[in-house]
Amino acid sequence: MNLRILKDKISSRLMLAATVFACLLFFLILIGLYIRASPILSTVPITELLFSEEWSPNAGKFGFLPFIMGTLWVTVLATIIAVPISLLSSIYLSEYAGVHLREAVKPLIDLLAGIPSVVYGLWGVLAVVPFIKNTLAPALGAETIGGYGILAGGIVLSIMVFPIIISVTGEVLRSVSHDLREVSLSLGATKWQTIKHVVLRKARPGIFAAIVLGFSRAFGETMAVLMVVGNVPKVPSSVFDPAYPLPALIANTFGEMMSIPLYDSAILLAALMLLTVVLVFNIIARMVLIKIERGVI
Amino acid sequence: MEFRRIEEAVFKVLMIFSLLIVVGSLLAVIGIILWKGLPVLSIDMLTKTAEGGYYFGKGGGILNAIIGSLYLALGGTILAFFLSIGIAFYLQKEYSGGTRLSNLTRLCLDILWGTPSIVYGAFGFTVLMYFQMRASLIAGIIVLALLELPIMTRAMEEVIKTVPLELKEVSYSLGATRLETTLRVVSKQALPGLMTGVLIAFGRGIGDAASILFTAGYTDRIPTSLFDATASLPLAIFFQLGTPFPAVQQKAYASAVILLVIILAISITTRLLSRKYTKYIIK
Repeated sequence: MNLRILKDKISSRLMLAATVFACLLFFLILIGLYIRASPILSTVPITELLFSEEWSPNAGKFGFLPFIMGTLWVTVLATIIAVPISLLSSIYLSEYAGVHLREAVKPLIDLLAGIPSVVYGLWGVLAVVPFIKNTLAPALGAETIGGYGILAGGIVLSIMVFPIIISVTGEVLRSVSHDLREVSLSLGATKWQTIKHVVLRKARPGIFAAIVLGFSRAFGETMAVLMVVGNVPKVPSSVFDPAYPLPALIANTFGEMMSIPLYDSAILLAALMLLTVVLVFNIIARMVLIKIERGVI
Repeated sequence: MEFRRIEEAVFKVLMIFSLLIVVGSLLAVIGIILWKGLPVLSIDMLTKTAEGGYYFGKGGGILNAIIGSLYLALGGTILAFFLSIGIAFYLQKEYSGGTRLSNLTRLCLDILWGTPSIVYGAFGFTVLMYFQMRASLIAGIIVLALLELPIMTRAMEEVIKTVPLELKEVSYSLGATRLETTLRVVSKQALPGLMTGVLIAFGRGIGDAASILFTAGYTDRIPTSLFDATASLPLAIFFQLGTPFPAVQQKAYASAVILLVIILAISITTRLLSRKYTKYIIK
């Protein structure tokens, strides 16, 4: 056989192997975590794991509710802060801003996405936590533990999800055809009316997907949240309370709990929960985005 | 004035305000880290490894963490590169035929892209325990490579998709094989984008802490073999900040400046490279 063709064949096989590996990697992670989490799943009933508030591994009590609620509080707060700001910015960039402004802002958004999470965490400790402790909490008459808590975590996280919501929304808005806008404008609608009634209506599924992706990114973020959220395993009742999200639990306790039975299994169950939630959210968002790309929606 | 004009004006103000918040928070993050960290940054921090008792306020620097992070991120990026470039090339129509496999791969990559880095870390540690290995440079490199894989592949695939079909067809009509076309035509045309993908992944790798927390370990020495534990910049920041000593915490600020400068340098290089090499592309 011709050497050139042989090279082509061999390289093609290697590429195929890499591709199959990428497909399998996710399932490997899922199965690996499931196997390691199965001891606790078979010992403790799932309802107790999910809905019990009692977390004392030494006594064999593994109630994940404080961690699940902690994750939800922080993530939902971050999403509530990030969504309006990101959407309005994105609409402005794609509908009103000139080319120069758009080109100038894009690298800044990319940079926002590129800053490591420990740096965000440190910034939270240096700027957000003291602000809450010295200014916001006294002004609202709220009690905090030195400013650390859900609010600090939510603010830091919201900045971290700006870039993802902004860039996905931007792509979705750009995919709305110009004909549609022109029809609306030619009927005498103002630019904002066109955006509100035509562009946003058309882009609604895509914006939903952008928000879901942002939420899921926030859901698994570890270091930045861990550094500012206070880490107290109690179900929170206000944004000024400290919380203990699932990723922080994994990061703080993993590697040091080998002597207590089922503890490592419990921590890997926490990782499995994160992975499952992120999986479901990502699949929903991607399905919507793929449909938009194909022009179905 | 009509109501709809007022509404438009109000929303325009809100939009500009939101954009200012986004850009402002970036400037606030960079500004505060530099303001707190620069005064503490010293030559010793950059050129000395941590001495005994460094985390109790003794002397030394974080050279071990800087070198460790470079090893980790370089190793991870090189490893991820070989996998990613193969996958990105394979997703072209002439290899995968636009089939189910390529759609499935894209979906898997998207899911991996969204997988939290702490999950990679926990999985990596589980595998290490299974093989009875300790945290080491090589384990950190492998976990980082897996973390970078989806980022790099998606970025590369995006540009490879934009290579004009006519260019490839010219190459095929001259009798070139798929490999020859891919290496000599497609990768040249896509070069700036491919480099951007590599750099973005490198930046992600060097800044990630959660994935290497249990897999790369931490030590005061510079690793001399792949099986040594290694320090890293993000973890150095995290651990220094976690000590009760203000002097050590301040060194965390300085370490963050170093990490931030590396990230900024990567970001600027990305811009310059893509501008420089875009000149050689057929539009």
